[in-house]
Amino acid sequence: MSEKIKHFPGEELSGRDIREGKIPCIKHRPNVKYLWSAGIAMSRFVEGMKEGKIIGSKCVKCKRIMVPPRAFCEECFRPVDEYAPVKDTGTINTYSVSYVAGDASRIKEPILVAVIDIDGASKGMGILHLLGEISDWKQIKFGMKVKAVWKPSEEREGSITDIKYFKPFEEV
Amino acid sequence: MVGKKRVAVIGAGMTKFRRNLKETGKELSYEASKMALDQAGLELSDIKSVVMGTAPDAFDGVHMKGEYLADGAGAWEKPYSRVFVGGGTGVFAVDAGWWHVASGKFDTCLVVGEEKMSSCYPHPAYAFTTIFDQIYSRPLGVTLIWIFALEMHRYMHVHGITKEEIALVSVKNKRNALDHPCAQLGANITVEDVLNSEVLCWPVQRLDISPTSDGAAALVLASEDVAKKLTDDPVWIDGVGWCIDSTYWTNRDLYYPQYVQCAAQMAYKMAGIKNPPKEIDVAEVYDPFDYKELHHMEGLMLARKGQAAKLTAEGVTQRDGDLPINPSGGLLGVGNPIAAAGTMKCCEIFWQLRGEAGKRQVKGDPRTGLAQAWGDLMQYGSVVVMRS
Ligand SMILES: [Zn+2]
Repeated sequence: MSEKIKHFPGEELSGRDIREGKIPCIKHRPNVKYLWSAGIAMSRFVEGMKEGKIIGSKCVKCKRIMVPPRAFCEECFRPVDEYAPVKDTGTINTYSVSYVAGDASRIKEPILVAVIDIDGASKGMGILHLLGEISDWKQIKFGMKVKAVWKPSEEREGSITDIKYFKPFEEV
Repeated sequence: MVGKKRVAVIGAGMTKFRRNLKETGKELSYEASKMALDQAGLELSDIKSVVMGTAPDAFDGVHMKGEYLADGAGAWEKPYSRVFVGGGTGVFAVDAGWWHVASGKFDTCLVVGEEKMSSCYPHPAYAFTTIFDQIYSRPLGVTLIWIFALEMHRYMHVHGITKEEIALVSVKNKRNALDHPCAQLGANITVEDVLNSEVLCWPVQRLDISPTSDGAAALVLASEDVAKKLTDDPVWIDGVGWCIDSTYWTNRDLYYPQYVQCAAQMAYKMAGIKNPPKEIDVAEVYDPFDYKELHHMEGLMLARKGQAAKLTAEGVTQRDGDLPINPSGGLLGVGNPIAAAGTMKCCEIFWQLRGEAGKRQVKGDPRTGLAQAWGDLMQYGSVVVMRS
């Protein structure tokens, strides 16, 4: 704001006055639903989930094995050459401990969230997922090895949530 | 020179930023636009083109928001476009305004940034959940705050930066905002206040975050010949840059915003800047979270990788320091009506370079300033370099 300007437009309202209907407001809740085709590449991925596999895609030109899989390589801008399972283990690249739900409301039992670099994919190819079987989140470490915990096969529905979470594990 | 015409900023305006404002988005756009025109000494009839920057339609619940806002931005019967690159919108709108005038197509362009987040009820977080990939992210219940927390934690881990060092940014910006008459959250707080505030999504705490806000900001751009007729004090747009990375945000190392570096390099090359920390006198760096100011200083090459926290602790980024960052108070202090916040940063640099910033004026006689914004799925950078 310039010191030459003396009047500042904008009339503040209190959240309480709005909630109590003391000022003119109009409310509307649209009822819109969506049904997405998973697409060429991600159909392979969600079908893999049902079989307890994480599917990646490979581009022979740049030699990247990509997770999540793409139908085309965004770097080489050409179709991928193959879809194949990578491992269901990985390394914690970064993590967080969430006390907030999607609607900004607060939750007591924190959700443990991580980016997990997946074994068998190219370096740095991570996915977002949850962590579980950890009694105290302070036990989580960067670089920690984790393994997918799958739902029983009859409960899988072809979704990223067919993996319940990743749990710490020791390599043998 | 890049472009057919050199482009000047000749006026700027903004509304107050608040959690809830009575005015509609259209009315807020009008107030900011009118103020910018008055400052430039122009009538609406002098404006030959209009660029509107506004972020997700879902905040306002109006699914053709650009069109809805057009009248408020003075675009009636004029060439008009709405640009949208998430949080990067407010600065990118100025980049887009620049090419309108630099191309020689228009002598003037009014650039408006608007956001009314309060309409999404009871909290705009609802709208943010729809920005994520619907197949591999949304079923996990992902929220916006998760991804910031993941990025912040990665940045802290790679460089060994502490929460205390990061909290200094929030302390500085909220204090700077006490001198901004439009600010929503100016305050004198301490590092302890930040560290003792509610843990939302570790390592993100309540006072690490900017608020949700309503507000608008606007700038008038003019070609050199028009600007010189109207003012002895034009501020030149000497560099513009923008760049996007992939939405596969879990497939890149979040510790460094390479796309911000690309946008900055584009702007620096155009402005002939070889040594950014030496040549930039004042910068408005995108700070929706305190760590983002540090992260972006590094992406903008105003600090070496991992060194921004050290500069902050040494006081270099204070208003009276050698490289003042966010003298306005930034998003953490002035508020964060998404697109309006980025445009506000461009307004602040304009006022700083004109020496009109009053109590917020940085020391010395700043000649070169930078404004930057960032957005989408942690993948977009937009930059403007201005000179007086
Ligand atoms: Zn490739």
